[in-house]
Amino acid sequence: MRENGILRIIARFLIPLIMLFALYVQFHGDYSPGGGFQAGVMFAAAWILFVLIYGLEAGLAVIPERAMFVLSAAGSLLYALIGLLGVMLGGRFLDFYPLLDDPQAAQQAGIILVEFGVGVTVASVVMLIFTMFARRRGDLGQAWHPEEHD
Amino acid sequence: MTILEWMPFSVLVPLIAAPLCALLPGRVMPWSLAMLAVIASAAISALVLPAAVDEPLRYAFGNWPPPFGIEYYVDAVNAFLALLISAMAVVILPWARKSVNQEVPERQGPFYALFLLAMSGLMGITLTGDAFNVFVFLEISSLSTYALIAHGQRRAALLASFRYLIMGTLGATFYLIGIGLLYIATGTLNMADLAERVPEVSDTRAVRAAFGFIVVGIGLKLALFPLHRWLPGAYANAPSAVTVFIAATATKVAVYILLRLVFTVFGVEFALDMPYREVFFTLGIIGILFASISAIDQPTAKRMLAYSSVAQIGYIALAISLVSVEGLAAGLVHIFNHALMKGALFMAVGAVIYRLGTNRVEDFAGLAKSMPWTMLAFVLAGLSLIGVPLTAGFISKWALIQAAIAQDNWVAVAVVLVGSLLAVIYIGRIAEAAYLRPAPENRAPIREVGPWMMVPLWLLIAANFWFGIDTSLTLDTATRGAEVLMGVGP
Repeated sequence: MRENGILRIIARFLIPLIMLFALYVQFHGDYSPGGGFQAGVMFAAAWILFVLIYGLEAGLAVIPERAMFVLSAAGSLLYALIGLLGVMLGGRFLDFYPLLDDPQAAQQAGIILVEFGVGVTVASVVMLIFTMFARRRGDLGQAWHPEEHD
Repeated sequence: MTILEWMPFSVLVPLIAAPLCALLPGRVMPWSLAMLAVIASAAISALVLPAAVDEPLRYAFGNWPPPFGIEYYVDAVNAFLALLISAMAVVILPWARKSVNQEVPERQGPFYALFLLAMSGLMGITLTGDAFNVFVFLEISSLSTYALIAHGQRRAALLASFRYLIMGTLGATFYLIGIGLLYIATGTLNMADLAERVPEVSDTRAVRAAFGFIVVGIGLKLALFPLHRWLPGAYANAPSAVTVFIAATATKVAVYILLRLVFTVFGVEFALDMPYREVFFTLGIIGILFASISAIDQPTAKRMLAYSSVAQIGYIALAISLVSVEGLAAGLVHIFNHALMKGALFMAVGAVIYRLGTNRVEDFAGLAKSMPWTMLAFVLAGLSLIGVPLTAGFISKWALIQAAIAQDNWVAVAVVLVGSLLAVIYIGRIAEAAYLRPAPENRAPIREVGPWMMVPLWLLIAANFWFGIDTSLTLDTATRGAEVLMGVGP
């Protein structure tokens, strides 16, 4: 779809805006509706729009599949680490109060970090799912032969 | 750290190890990390059990006080089950290594990550004291189980996994609708808090509908007859190691959550007002007879054992329909003993698949000569399944029969005896093929499996006999758990 001028120009205009809005939803999630999940999906949507216009090859040049896989695990590990930090500083799992002296700042720091982990995981998993489906075009010709029914 | 502060880590260690495991390359490293994680989880569960029997342990996540925050609430019932799940995982993983190398040769990092997720999901359902948190962990364990089943070698595994996905999602949705109705009626999701508030509103249609949705939703997860249709395909087509693990743990956790919600949250009197007894009694009896008869003419050993699992769920449903301390204790003890016997049976069949590549019943012919120890283990575990004295299976059936006699429920006694006779037939089919029929002449010579598979298998066989003789851990803890559920005793 790269040849279609309207699509290309609109996409080029929209992709940065979608990403910017995703980041806004991500980092404003502690004050307004939103958070890691929604931001992650939006961020991935920007990448998917890029792939729709420029093709999967170009999309994977921006972020290789292996990187998505590592990021999806890294995001959830960040979540877990912040949770463990609370335990190590003498509190409960996911207890943010011990993180900083000011209780409000501590809660804010904790939730922002945890939600960032969620955002990274969700964005990379959505991109991974999209990549897997986008790749499958070649296999569709094969007939479906389940060996056993009941 | 105190035992209370360690307790949630029996869920958290496998949960956190899972994403790490997914990134590890090769075969040795993911397996080793998974093994370490489940050993840690089992060690913590073993330490928690004695503490929780004395007094319930309550752990508030993020230091948000319940009922506002999520808490883990661990007493005799769920500490017992958590130990069962994590100990089974410790026994199964060494067995799984060889079998997984053969059946899932590539990308073992993600495979073991899914295994850890499934296990931590089951542990989470067991330990949590929050009804919505149950749903979250239910989804964690179910989604990873669907993916694990889809790893099966044949394409039928995809179909079985998809079928399970549809039924499992329906079940989870029904559960969620039920929890939603309860939340509307009471304004809380914490189970202990729900238990206090439900009686005030129990005479409303919303709460009755919630009870119905929750029982049907969990019934699907439980594979309670007639909601069992997903189970045989899923068990038969999953990789052997996955079949062993889910057969030993997954449906048991669903029984636990059913007991917890019906008896702790809704309360015994509410359940007796609803047709709880009649439904579980009838479905349990039909389930035992129907599934045992179906098991007899299944073409493969895995499918036969899967139908037998549906029948065992019938025994458990029958036991918990008696609504007495003895009945619930029989149900809880059968959860434990059935995990031991079905784990051993599926391991023996998995060892045959490992060597022979097939598990059709006629292919067992003459196997006792080439794989004597595996087949002996199969027969011994089969005796436990039938309920021969000195085995664990006898203890749970004896407890169930006694509970039924105490209520003069002779129908239940008769059905349990008939079910055991049917088990003799279907276990006997395999034993007859293995011991009495000659091996086909064109079969290539096969050897017995190595110690990686043999030691876990015989550990479970030994456990089957140990808990058939010494019942202090199983029956006493189960009785204590049943007292907690019925709200009697200390």
